[in-house]
Amino acid sequence: MNKYEKWVIVLTGLLFSSFLFSLLYNAFARKVDVPACIPYSRAFSKGRVRQLDDSTYEVYVAAHMWNFDPGEIVVPAGSTVDFYLTSTDVVHGFDIDGKAVNLMAVPGAVNKITVAFNSIGTYRIVCHEFCGAGHQNMMGKIIVKDKIYQQ
Amino acid sequence: MTISRPYKRTILLGLFMPMTLFILGVYNGVMQTIYRSGVIHRASFAGIGYYQGLTMHGVINAIVLTTFFAVVFGHVTVSVYLGKEPPRATYQLSMLFMVVGTLMDAFTMVAGTSEALYTFYAPLKDSALFYIGTALLIIGSWIAFGGWVRTWFEWRRENPGKKMPLAVLGTLVNFTMWFISTLPVAYEVLVILTPWSLGWTGQVNVPLTRMLFWMFGHPLVYFWLLPAYIAYYTILPKVAGGKLYSDNAGRLAFLLFLILSTPVGVHHQFSEPVFTPGTKFWVSILTFGVAIPSFMTAFTVGASLEYAGWKRGARGLFGWMGKLPWFRQDSFLFGYFICGLILFIFGGISGIINASYALNQMVHNTSWVPGHFHMTVAGPVLLVILGLSLYIYSKVAGKRIKYGTLATIVPYLWMIGVALLSHGLMAGGLMGEPRRTNMGLTYTNPDSDLFNKHWVPTSMMTMIGGFIMGAAALLYFLSFFATALGKRTMQPVLELPQAEELHEEKPIGLLLNMRPWILASVFLVLLTYVPALISVFRYSAPVKNKFQIDNPINEINTQQNVPAK
Repeated sequence: MNKYEKWVIVLTGLLFSSFLFSLLYNAFARKVDVPACIPYSRAFSKGRVRQLDDSTYEVYVAAHMWNFDPGEIVVPAGSTVDFYLTSTDVVHGFDIDGKAVNLMAVPGAVNKITVAFNSIGTYRIVCHEFCGAGHQNMMGKIIVKDKIYQQ
Repeated sequence: MTISRPYKRTILLGLFMPMTLFILGVYNGVMQTIYRSGVIHRASFAGIGYYQGLTMHGVINAIVLTTFFAVVFGHVTVSVYLGKEPPRATYQLSMLFMVVGTLMDAFTMVAGTSEALYTFYAPLKDSALFYIGTALLIIGSWIAFGGWVRTWFEWRRENPGKKMPLAVLGTLVNFTMWFISTLPVAYEVLVILTPWSLGWTGQVNVPLTRMLFWMFGHPLVYFWLLPAYIAYYTILPKVAGGKLYSDNAGRLAFLLFLILSTPVGVHHQFSEPVFTPGTKFWVSILTFGVAIPSFMTAFTVGASLEYAGWKRGARGLFGWMGKLPWFRQDSFLFGYFICGLILFIFGGISGIINASYALNQMVHNTSWVPGHFHMTVAGPVLLVILGLSLYIYSKVAGKRIKYGTLATIVPYLWMIGVALLSHGLMAGGLMGEPRRTNMGLTYTNPDSDLFNKHWVPTSMMTMIGGFIMGAAALLYFLSFFATALGKRTMQPVLELPQAEELHEEKPIGLLLNMRPWILASVFLVLLTYVPALISVFRYSAPVKNKFQIDNPINEINTQQNVPAK
């Protein structure tokens, strides 16, 4: 084998090792990770918001053709929210604008991610998987309100 | 070499038919950019719905055109390098299966009974004819492969001690990988989806179908790409006026694709519920591994081109770039190859981002993804298909290329179009613009509550790119069809430009024997997919769901679908 070709393989290997190290660093040190999986149960297929304490919420989102249930989620700034996501019909997407939340809603399975909302504002949830003729209408909202105002 | 009449007919049909359908594929591609930019706010145009057109665009361009070309190019490489035609029954039967399958797919897409896009994700339902047609297309390609394997063993008996030509290795590697990875999708469409679509079975495990689809869906992109790689290693150096820098490096690159292509499918599913983070991280590692043969190819092809530039009298460090046969009609293939390579640099980089585990969440299913893959499948893959289809058609039919000047500028124009299109899609994707969405009705419609002004400039940029690509495609069609429908003026021959090796390299035993690599491939597939399959069954349940795309009412009417209280 040509020596320059060998160098290319070694250098490519080193480059990708550094990428892998960065991914591991983010996953373990900064907790930037992919969604976790939990066993499916039909209890997840009804949308609701559950407050656990002052700043901790559980939100069960059920995606339908062509809306999210609940369609509007209100939480105070500084909350940490666990999203449990499933679909009752076909495959949908769940992408929160301005947050690193990007999930698939798959019928027969439950997706889970935890996310902190620290700044006030309206976050749009866009369905980004083709789910039928009304796909382009499927949007939800998360409204993050001032803590004091809410009390 | 000369060519028999039935073989000639098979090859010409295999080029002409998908190229004709490609007109429809391109039209629907350009139309999507217009819908998305909000220039029109409509659900359909000229009798074709947005999602119907998107299904045609994906199925025709990404499955039909690419599979037909891979098979035709496989015939040509095997015959040119081994000096013989495959058994007649295999190539004829293969073409028959592929043509019938394609016609079934085309019929259901035009009739509007299959509009679930080219990924046909259940529980959206397509016509059973579509599933069977897709299976026939794939099985047809297996039959052609069977013919080449026989031809190869014959050749090896007659030529003891000779090593397998690099182009033949590329073709056999590609179809071995293809065979392994299409088994799961054949199972998905024939055993799971067809009976479900016909109403013989009442439930479907959606995560399972998605996993089986992506076991095929990612190797599919390498199946498109490897014919282009074969052309880069064995044709491009000759066309550029040089020699192949290293034959052994080419062999190693192909064999690495053989082992790493199939077990990486889960990297399309980082945002899905059923796979553990461990499985997802493992496929990230494997996907980085599969980038190694691409980096090697970039180096080897670059070195071969540099040598070609020097032979043409270049001086200085970068002088060789200017000396290459740019815009030259007598080596028009060069333009197709080099423009594809330039696009592929950016296609590759964006692909590494997609494969990067948690980073994928910034881009998953946004328009970034089509931005990425238009620089791969509409970059090197399509440009090599277009260039070589014209070249092979002209040689095999014995017809001179018409409008050669147009055919020469097409790749440059196309490259500019793809660059703008991908820039628009990727910039929009980073701002959350969804892919596969008729945005003109809502997100880019100022009259809608859902209007998002940030996505207007990016989708406009995408449309401008789409128009330039459409114009380039028109010029190409003019040249291709004028050539194909013209008069025969030359003796039909089967030939390719064949690059020589720069150095006579010492043969490496491991690179001459495919067997250990096939075993390693099967081992890696099992290592990845046995845990993935266990997760699917542990974390998911089948559902009694079946939906038409325009109706939110379940076709399977049971209590199961009422949300639990």
